[in-house]
Amino acid sequence: MAVKPSERIMVPLPSHSIVPIEDMHKAPVLQTHQLGIDFGGLTAVNNLNLAIGPTEICGLIGPNGAGKTTVFNLLTNVYQPTRGTILLDGYDTKGKSCDQVSKMGIARTFQNIRLFGKMTVMDNVKIGMHNQLHTSLLSSVTHGFGYKQAEKKAYDKAKELLDFFGMADLRHHQAGSLPYGAQRRLEIVRALATNPKILLLDEPAAGMNPSETAELMENIRRIRDEFQIAVMLIEHDMNLVMGICEGICVLNYGEIIAKGTPDEIKANPKVIEAYLGKKADK
Amino acid sequence: MSFLSNLISGLSLGSIYALIALGYTMVYGIAKMLNFAHGDVIMVGAFTVIVAVNSMGLPAVLGIVLSVLICVVMGVTIERIAYKPLRSSPPLSVLITAIGVSYFLQSLALIIFGSTQKSFPKVFNMEPVHLGELTIKGESIETLVVTTAIMIGLTLFINKTKMGKAMRAVSEDRAAAELMGISVNKTITVTFAIGSALASVAGLFFGATYGFIGPYTGSMPGIKAFVAAVFGGIGSIPGAMLGGILLGVIENLAKAYISTELSDAIVFGVLVLVLCLKPTGLLGKKINEKV
Repeated sequence: MAVKPSERIMVPLPSHSIVPIEDMHKAPVLQTHQLGIDFGGLTAVNNLNLAIGPTEICGLIGPNGAGKTTVFNLLTNVYQPTRGTILLDGYDTKGKSCDQVSKMGIARTFQNIRLFGKMTVMDNVKIGMHNQLHTSLLSSVTHGFGYKQAEKKAYDKAKELLDFFGMADLRHHQAGSLPYGAQRRLEIVRALATNPKILLLDEPAAGMNPSETAELMENIRRIRDEFQIAVMLIEHDMNLVMGICEGICVLNYGEIIAKGTPDEIKANPKVIEAYLGKKADK
Repeated sequence: MSFLSNLISGLSLGSIYALIALGYTMVYGIAKMLNFAHGDVIMVGAFTVIVAVNSMGLPAVLGIVLSVLICVVMGVTIERIAYKPLRSSPPLSVLITAIGVSYFLQSLALIIFGSTQKSFPKVFNMEPVHLGELTIKGESIETLVVTTAIMIGLTLFINKTKMGKAMRAVSEDRAAAELMGISVNKTITVTFAIGSALASVAGLFFGATYGFIGPYTGSMPGIKAFVAAVFGGIGSIPGAMLGGILLGVIENLAKAYISTELSDAIVFGVLVLVLCLKPTGLLGKKINEKV
């Protein structure tokens, strides 16, 4: 997708960003400024200012109904924001469709698994690579003109990605028939196949047992280190969030009530209040 | 032997239904709408051949190519103008719009061509084939050969090409496909283009088989093909092929052995029976609702 240089907007980092120090000199991969959305008379998200470093692992937490998934839907343009701006790698995503935003470098998984269940594992990953595969209709019909090469390249890359998560052996299985944990992993592989700059994970540990969660944490770290991309995750499992996130945002009633490192968040009285309620007066 | 020849003409009629049913089922699977104007594309395709060959004196092959092109452009234009603005509206609005488009096309044809049926040019000049006592009409053979080739081609396209995979992904989960970078608009455009091209080919064979085309010619095969799509399991491509062929065979055998007047009633009766036993159609997917 061609973006004219004039569309590129750079805004200064908000002072309240949670970008880790080593990322400070780099432009954030994702920024939002005063982002908000109303559904009818209800304000679901308001005054959201985020800045996520290019290789940061960032957690988005908050009580149920705080608007976390709505934030993901805003960032991927599933919802058009009522107010504010989103800059993805410095480009404004306003008015773009979901597939265009995907091409700009954002990928996500879903709270409830949304794989293409009737397709094979391999085809699911290849769907993720849709925009990197350049075969014309003619060449795919005649199977000539570089079609085989392009197909082979896509196949190899998909296999490599699956290998990275130890799933290459499952590539001919139907996605819908995989066990739950493998389906969750495949969703991440499929999202990574779109070649994103930032990966959004919506409750990646939901329904997982402690050993699977530990493996997931390891995988998230490996994704960041190997692919050098940012990861933003919504999660209720505090061990996971506190264990791997460098920065955490806490959302309540659609607004950010706290930002900081895991230790700062743990000690923040507003966060404790949002999760546990107010201390009773003695 | 007459059973065999009835069966073959049933297969030939059924494969025409299957071509039309494919358009219904693909549009339903991908755009999640019932395009009731689809049947009238057949009529437009057939009239294009009539105008090109009878009035303009073009060779039949050119007339056929022109008919496919016009139908593709028309199908894509209808989607852009009438259906795309309603993409996020309730399904009922889109359904009613589709019926409106159908009446629009019929009335347009009525204004241009009048209400009398026009004779379809002889585009196929194949002699009947005699195998012993069995006589097979030339049109039947040509219909079967071409439709089989088209169905094989379509199956390969859907399963092997990048666009085909994108179409399957959109039909399974539109939002997830879009977030994987697949342009839903482009996919829907391609779907309408393919569906309309298939309908124009169906119109050609329909004209060649029945010989006459009028403004309302498209509606009955359109409805039968819709029935065939539901019969096979709407949204399923092999289902539409199977449903169309079965429907044609049942209709023809009912005409030959039971009653010509009752043949449509029998066809729809079979549909009711199948849907009672298997509500999603023969090859329809089971929808598991998680509670």
